[in-house]
Amino acid sequence: MAAADVTAGATREATTTPQATRSAVIVGGNRIPFARTGGAYVKSSNQDMLTAALEGLVARFGLQDERIGEVAAGAVLKHSRDFNLTREAVLGSALSPETPAYDLQQACATGLETVIGLSNKIKLGQIDSAIAGGVDSASDAPIAVSEGLREILLDLNRAKTPVQKLKIIGRIRPKDLAPDAPNTGEPRTGLSMGEHQALTTAQWKIAREAQDELAFNSHRNLAAAYERGFFDDLITPYRGLSRDSNLRADTTLEKLATLKPVFGKNLGSEATMTAGNSTPLTDGASTVLLATEEWADSHGLPKLATVLDGEAAAVDFVHGKDGLLMAPVFAVPRLLARHGLTFEDIDFFEIHEAFAGTVLSTLAAWEDEEFGRTRLGLDGALGKVDRAKLNVNGSSLAAGHPFAATGGRIVASLAKMLHEKGAVDGRPARGLISVCAAGGQGVVAILEAA
Amino acid sequence: MTDKYTQLVSQGLGKDVAKKLGLPQPVVLRRHQPGAPLVIGPVLVSGDSAGADDIATTLLGWGLDVRRNALPKEKLGAILLVLDAVQHPEDLAKPVLTAGASLRDLASNARVVTISRTAHSATSPASAAARQGIDGLLRSLAKELRAGATANGILLDDDLATTSPSALGALRFFLSGRSAYVDGQFLTVSSASGTLPTDSEKPLAGKVAVVTGAARGIGAAIARTLRRDGATVVAVDIPAAGDHLAAVANEVRGTALQLDISRDDAGHRIIEHAVQRHGRIDIVVHNAGITRDRLLANMDEGRWQSVIAVNIAAQLRINEALLASEHFKNSPRIVSVASTSGIAGNRGQTNYGASKGGVIGMVKSTAPLLAPFGGTINAVAPGFIETEMTARMPFAIREAARRLNSLKQGGQPQDVAEAIAFLASDAAGGISGGVLRVCGQQLVGA
Repeated sequence: MAAADVTAGATREATTTPQATRSAVIVGGNRIPFARTGGAYVKSSNQDMLTAALEGLVARFGLQDERIGEVAAGAVLKHSRDFNLTREAVLGSALSPETPAYDLQQACATGLETVIGLSNKIKLGQIDSAIAGGVDSASDAPIAVSEGLREILLDLNRAKTPVQKLKIIGRIRPKDLAPDAPNTGEPRTGLSMGEHQALTTAQWKIAREAQDELAFNSHRNLAAAYERGFFDDLITPYRGLSRDSNLRADTTLEKLATLKPVFGKNLGSEATMTAGNSTPLTDGASTVLLATEEWADSHGLPKLATVLDGEAAAVDFVHGKDGLLMAPVFAVPRLLARHGLTFEDIDFFEIHEAFAGTVLSTLAAWEDEEFGRTRLGLDGALGKVDRAKLNVNGSSLAAGHPFAATGGRIVASLAKMLHEKGAVDGRPARGLISVCAAGGQGVVAILEAA
Repeated sequence: MTDKYTQLVSQGLGKDVAKKLGLPQPVVLRRHQPGAPLVIGPVLVSGDSAGADDIATTLLGWGLDVRRNALPKEKLGAILLVLDAVQHPEDLAKPVLTAGASLRDLASNARVVTISRTAHSATSPASAAARQGIDGLLRSLAKELRAGATANGILLDDDLATTSPSALGALRFFLSGRSAYVDGQFLTVSSASGTLPTDSEKPLAGKVAVVTGAARGIGAAIARTLRRDGATVVAVDIPAAGDHLAAVANEVRGTALQLDISRDDAGHRIIEHAVQRHGRIDIVVHNAGITRDRLLANMDEGRWQSVIAVNIAAQLRINEALLASEHFKNSPRIVSVASTSGIAGNRGQTNYGASKGGVIGMVKSTAPLLAPFGGTINAVAPGFIETEMTARMPFAIREAARRLNSLKQGGQPQDVAEAIAFLASDAAGGISGGVLRVCGQQLVGA
């Protein structure tokens, strides 16, 4: 154990003075293909999938027996037994068992938040390496007993005599036996995420055709990326799947136009959101390897991009002031302003496609003069996103969206795109990530080519 | 591991019954385990040349129990027939018959190894006859041996001592459990290049080895064996095999590279990965291969082209990149997996046979290109190997293929891997351009 004790020593951290100039680089990533719920991963737990994604990352970068500074990941739909999900996945992997880990949960922003949080620790000098990640299974979702049954069962546990127990059991009514499955409904409004977005989509007058076109581009771009081998070093197959099962490489605008609306059917205006321009429930996991430049160099590993900064925002959707998924609209201008940047300085826009309507409403808000003045406190509109720079290798509409796994998918792909792009006009290529989340939240980040 | 029939007849009642009925009696072969002795039992060195004396002295230096004359009733671990100085077929009688008298005393899994000279470098017809005669002698003798014993030969070019590095390297390989499924074969030593390892348990220490097709079967066994011998392994396979590949890479503490080797830039990607991650690239094992069997009369272009593309065209292109790379100049090693189908042919495998025959041609022609900087290239041709692929063969065909060799059993993926690990080692520096069959001396075909 002598060797292990040496690696467990604090010499490395102790000799590194925390300084602002340390940057957090993205070495690379690994995810398993995303599968539509009830599909290839129907028998896989969150821990299975996160471990698989981690094992692929370890294999890709030769991290066997490596003591990573810290691993952070999370799941949105989580069993109570998975209280130490990430640590358990680490223990099930080839990483050193002396690698610490913690779980994090911020709805759909979980994955991106793990990247930002761990990057900050790296920048602060607390750790030299980290793995960020996320996983979700809507197939293997936890099912709780009804609130009534739960109370009865807890009382039963406290009962002492058989008579007391029988009395308590006698309280059970058939309605108590109905299981309580998780849903995407907002606790404070009772509306599903889709119905919330339908309100926003209607408010910003986003046309059905525009939503279908965004969905079509997502599938086309993702399929093209697979064809040219873009994902060869980003994905490791799992359970017989080597591509995202939601991807429809052969879909057409005509096919998308035939789908019936599923959200916003009672709003009075025309319903525009279909199963084609909304993201389906998906299972999957992703991981991202982060490090200092020195750590990457000393391990002979690539440096794809740096994590420049991140920003979170939240909106008051409960009282209808803003749409549920519109928080990134506010986070992005704040983040850009902090770095003196405009949309002109961004080469890739990665806006998570919860729904095509979410992306288009976000873009519309940023292009709106009055919204810019009154809500963002700017002189006018924030700006127009060049569509040629938007989700160029596809996004969630095609790949699917296993909630906590989406951040890692986007970060690893964008880091590779930035590395391939290199420099633009003498500055490092730059990418903006925007992820909306339940509870009216949003997390955004900027990456730069390393 | 060993097939059920072999387990059944190698001991107890099964052994007695098989013997009485005259059934094939394969034994569980002695395979190399870390720390295992080179050979179990005394070694008889037959032959009276100076080269024989040198060998005997060397073996003593290895701590082996060496006999220049057999003792009555003593079980022998190996017999070395040193025939490097024979000038005429008549010279063979004494050493060969001396060895023959001791054959009944061979222990299970014993070894017979001949050391002689290549016929092509002979100076007279009589000398050539003697040298070529040893070829027929060895192959016949191998078919006479029983109980897992094998007979193989080392051929030396004229000016090479019997103790030149690769002669000794080949001798150690043949004596050891690493050559368990190699039988009736020759290794040709054509130069004095090569060095014996300082640690015989880690002959590949410090080397970086790339193995294609490493996700499963023989490729995975190669990755494990190279790792066991001390190499750092880059495991390569197609992206669709990535999950199995990751498992192998993690098991051998190496890195996984998901790559279609038939891509134009595959060679470049392999070199870049090995050098960036591990600082160097010393060994490339071309193992990836596919079969698309059809009788030629029914062969379509897709089946033909895909086999040629993966099994030989990709290797040629990757080798070009390796030969052009400044990183592949320090006594590098290339080992290609050929097949007995490429030598003896196989019905339904014209495409596969063409590709694997192609590998043998490529190896021969590439050897001189690597020689200036101490590099070597060789092919290993497996016969019937117990893999997922052969497990899917129909029972009767599988059983026939499995038994029709001198060892009466199929080989294990590890057996192929051992031959590759030896050819990839520094000790094999004097061996290049050849093919080593790992087939248990397959009876049908070449």
